[in-house]
Amino acid sequence: MPHPLRGAAAITGLGMTPMGRIYKSTSELAAEAVAKAITDAGLKKDDIDGLLINAGITGTTGGGLTLGLQNYLGLRNLRLLNHMNAAGSTAAQMVQYATMAIHADMATHVVCVFADAPLKEGTSAGAAYGGAARNPQRPRGMAGLYAAAGYFGANTPYALAARRHMALYGTKQDHLGIIAVGQRQWATMNPLAQMREPITLEDYHASRWIIEPLHLLDCCLVSNGAVAVIVSPAERAKDMPQPPVYIHGMGQGHPGDSGRAGSDWETETGAKFAAETAYRMAGVGPADFTQCQIYDCYTYTVLVTLEDYGFCKKGEGGPFVEDGKLGPGGSLPTNTGGGELSAYYMWGMTPLSEAVIQGRGHGGERQAKNDLILVTGNGGSLSYHACLILSPHPA
Amino acid sequence: MSQPQIPVPEPDEASRPFFDGAAEGRLMLMRCADCRTWRLPSRQHCDACLSDRFTWEAASGRGTVRTFGIMHQRYHPAFQVPYNVTIVELEEGPRLPTNLVDVANDEIRVGMPVEVVFERYDDVTLPRFRPAGRL
Repeated sequence: MPHPLRGAAAITGLGMTPMGRIYKSTSELAAEAVAKAITDAGLKKDDIDGLLINAGITGTTGGGLTLGLQNYLGLRNLRLLNHMNAAGSTAAQMVQYATMAIHADMATHVVCVFADAPLKEGTSAGAAYGGAARNPQRPRGMAGLYAAAGYFGANTPYALAARRHMALYGTKQDHLGIIAVGQRQWATMNPLAQMREPITLEDYHASRWIIEPLHLLDCCLVSNGAVAVIVSPAERAKDMPQPPVYIHGMGQGHPGDSGRAGSDWETETGAKFAAETAYRMAGVGPADFTQCQIYDCYTYTVLVTLEDYGFCKKGEGGPFVEDGKLGPGGSLPTNTGGGELSAYYMWGMTPLSEAVIQGRGHGGERQAKNDLILVTGNGGSLSYHACLILSPHPA
Repeated sequence: MSQPQIPVPEPDEASRPFFDGAAEGRLMLMRCADCRTWRLPSRQHCDACLSDRFTWEAASGRGTVRTFGIMHQRYHPAFQVPYNVTIVELEEGPRLPTNLVDVANDEIRVGMPVEVVFERYDDVTLPRFRPAGRL
């Protein structure tokens, strides 16, 4: 018997603000995205009975979305409400909990919204992240050994992870570069993308080091903006204005503390567990996907995630991507909007929003075959992971 | 003009024996008194069995380079770029974020054997590591 959640719900609304140096509050950005999503879905505000909220880095640094967004939006009919955070895996998770709530008859039209505004006028993108280096307080205890070693920002753990993969499996700098170049090619076709100038592999190698083995062009952008999606019951979705994007499967995997003895966090991520759950639910395997929207905070994240989803064997991610199969015209179109590297950094909403655009067939010149779409979200230091399997076809 | 100081930790109750040990030239680690799992960073509860009983034991100070990066981004004025950020996997199993000393950045390799040395910063001593077997 098929899994009861397979095809139970669909994404019926999508709302996005412009992305980049948009200097508005997170509530204003969120309201703009939610209003667009409600209109997109052909609904009225009072039809919304579920709201799930995810603040980005401003949830930690200040000014981020809170539960107060409900009142800013004036939502009075909520039967489901939460403020969630599992870092970059949250967007996929919000859709998961929305689907479960809909299946349990606890809600009908659930808005899942992310907004962030870490970019301030007159400051660099790099200043938005990087926390400990600017903390005026002296760090306490052994946790302070990180800052004392100059271990700062998210760039450091991802560089350390990529380095270990290179040492164990012979992964090359070029392999990471090919991912960056391919995604930029996709971004040239995405009007929402912040970076639309094509780059070459030479440009990649010439971009400055952030922390070896990561160049600037291995690292995601920083963006202000917001994305909202609406999840509705599948039987209603077919009568709503947009082509429904059905949710066929979902999973999570959270390996936890990256510092513990015995952990292989650098090269084996929670994606392995998420894949098992999601493949079982959807009744599919890696060979069935026609495109992927993979969380790409760094080029390396794409490579290791594809391995953990079984697109190739562990350690073979480098040779797997080498022929450019992830880019335009390749056999596994991936991050077709340019992703977080080249389009916009809305945490897990980056891959999810592009999956909805693609699932609807609204990708324009960048439209890829969309029968089965893998969407992943990853956060922490490869610590948290969630995924969705989406399709324009009902289950 | 004095050089800016790196952000050195302030010992707290759960970590004082680690920093006291370092000041005396010993790498002291917390260990679960029940299941014997090392606790790093030191903390009240064991992440293997959740016991709150512990001892402090001296580690050998030997390990290998688990992984490393060469930092070029200037996050903090006290760090002269480029510098290495290294995770040392201790012989006993747990891992320490640290820097390697007495080695050029381009000579560092994953798996390289290393041994602890101690560097004093004002009121705190920190473990750093150098390639093993050098006099």
